[in-house]
Amino acid sequence: MTDLATLEKIRGIVAEQALLEPGDVADDATLDDLGIDSLGIVEIIYAIEEEFSISVPFNANEPDASDFDISSLPAISQAVDRLMAEQSAG
Amino acid sequence: MTRRAVITGYGAVTSLGLTAPDTIRAMAAGQPAIGPLDIQDVDRLNKPIGGQIRNFDASAHFTRSELVLYDRAVQLALVAAAEAMDHAGLKDGISDPSRAGVIMGTGGGGISAAEDNYREVFEAAKNRVHPFTVPRLMANAAASHISIRHRLQGPTFTVSTACASSNHAFAQALALIRAGVADVVLAGGSDAMLTFGILKAWEGLRVMSSDGCRPFCATRNGMVQGEGAAVFVLESEDHARNRGAQPLAELAGAAMTSDAADVVMPNQDGAARAIAGAIADAGMVPDDIDYVNAHGTATAANDRLECAALRQAMGPGADGIAVSSTKSMHGHCMGGTGAIEALAVMSTLCDGVIPPTAGRQEPDPDCDLDIVANTARQGNYNAALSNAFAFGGLNAVLAFRKL
Repeated sequence: MTDLATLEKIRGIVAEQALLEPGDVADDATLDDLGIDSLGIVEIIYAIEEEFSISVPFNANEPDASDFDISSLPAISQAVDRLMAEQSAG
Repeated sequence: MTRRAVITGYGAVTSLGLTAPDTIRAMAAGQPAIGPLDIQDVDRLNKPIGGQIRNFDASAHFTRSELVLYDRAVQLALVAAAEAMDHAGLKDGISDPSRAGVIMGTGGGGISAAEDNYREVFEAAKNRVHPFTVPRLMANAAASHISIRHRLQGPTFTVSTACASSNHAFAQALALIRAGVADVVLAGGSDAMLTFGILKAWEGLRVMSSDGCRPFCATRNGMVQGEGAAVFVLESEDHARNRGAQPLAELAGAAMTSDAADVVMPNQDGAARAIAGAIADAGMVPDDIDYVNAHGTATAANDRLECAALRQAMGPGADGIAVSSTKSMHGHCMGGTGAIEALAVMSTLCDGVIPPTAGRQEPDPDCDLDIVANTARQGNYNAALSNAFAFGGLNAVLAFRKL
């Protein structure tokens, strides 16, 4: 499970990039479904890092190999929760 | 009859070697010079590797009063230009300086000078900076200082097209010589952008590798930054012969295109038009080309597209060309990279040695050209291309011919 506050912040970040209202971004929508290209993903990652004060391991050359799941909003949200826990512990 | 442009000398300062011959030897050996960076605040970088020039002793080349005027990018350019002039037999100058010019490419200009200045006024909150900050940081400083030092009084300027700057500089030099505007042009590029602020900017794009530059390799994971300069002496064939100089190769053609599409994603059609244009401008056909020095940045976006563009431009002839990217060894030297990579072309045409793409672990089936990987290839090669595809969608491809 993911923190609901985290999930809603991420929904807002993704919605802004997709030029949609947050209410129009469903949990199971992929970034691809929302028309977000690789540069848009890079901007989303940056916005997440700024919002949550974390460092996200993400390489646009091999998105699938990065230890950060961007397949859905809950997946991103869980990854952010995990990074916040890891990086505040560090 | 079109005036032909020949190469009569070259010089370089790179992470692979402090001279052009040393750089070419290291390229042929296939040994990368990419390693841990040694810069201020390196501990705050996420990708702290690069092709950094080691053991360059600026004080051995320049006086104290010169050093306060020269950003590192200018220092590298001046040392490379002096080597090129010497190599061309022009150490004592050019008989008619008004017929000689300088065209240099750069992406960042005097970026260290700018960054040092910002550290002073923003970080240290100082209210004054060094009086020569402006002449140090201006993008045309390298071209100007080469002109001053060698008394070259013809057309002199800087072109800035990011990663394609050097190739655009060569293309401009070729145009000046063909048009009869100049007899001799020093052309090349220089960049020294391994600074904390710039590397942070690159990290932001999420395209950097943390473990090496492996163009056309299935396990590649991004680009690696480098620094360096190379300068070539280009001359009209008649000027070279009249003064008894030995031409080393011909800069036979060039083509420049703009994708007019995306500002960072490369475009197959724009690249293919530049490749085909350079071959045609040189009066050649695809089957004449033996070697292509690829742009080969090792990003997911570039390498597959570059291979597809070569196939689009060259048709069945694409199967007969050897391809390599020496960025695997010196990193991406930005505005200097095209001129440094032209040294790989010199190695191919003059020495019969194609420098390899170093560090390839396994072939990428989507890059199904004849990639010269890990070990240099020897043969007799008559013509070569050098590709450069810049951010901004600006492409410049050069065609060289053996003499």
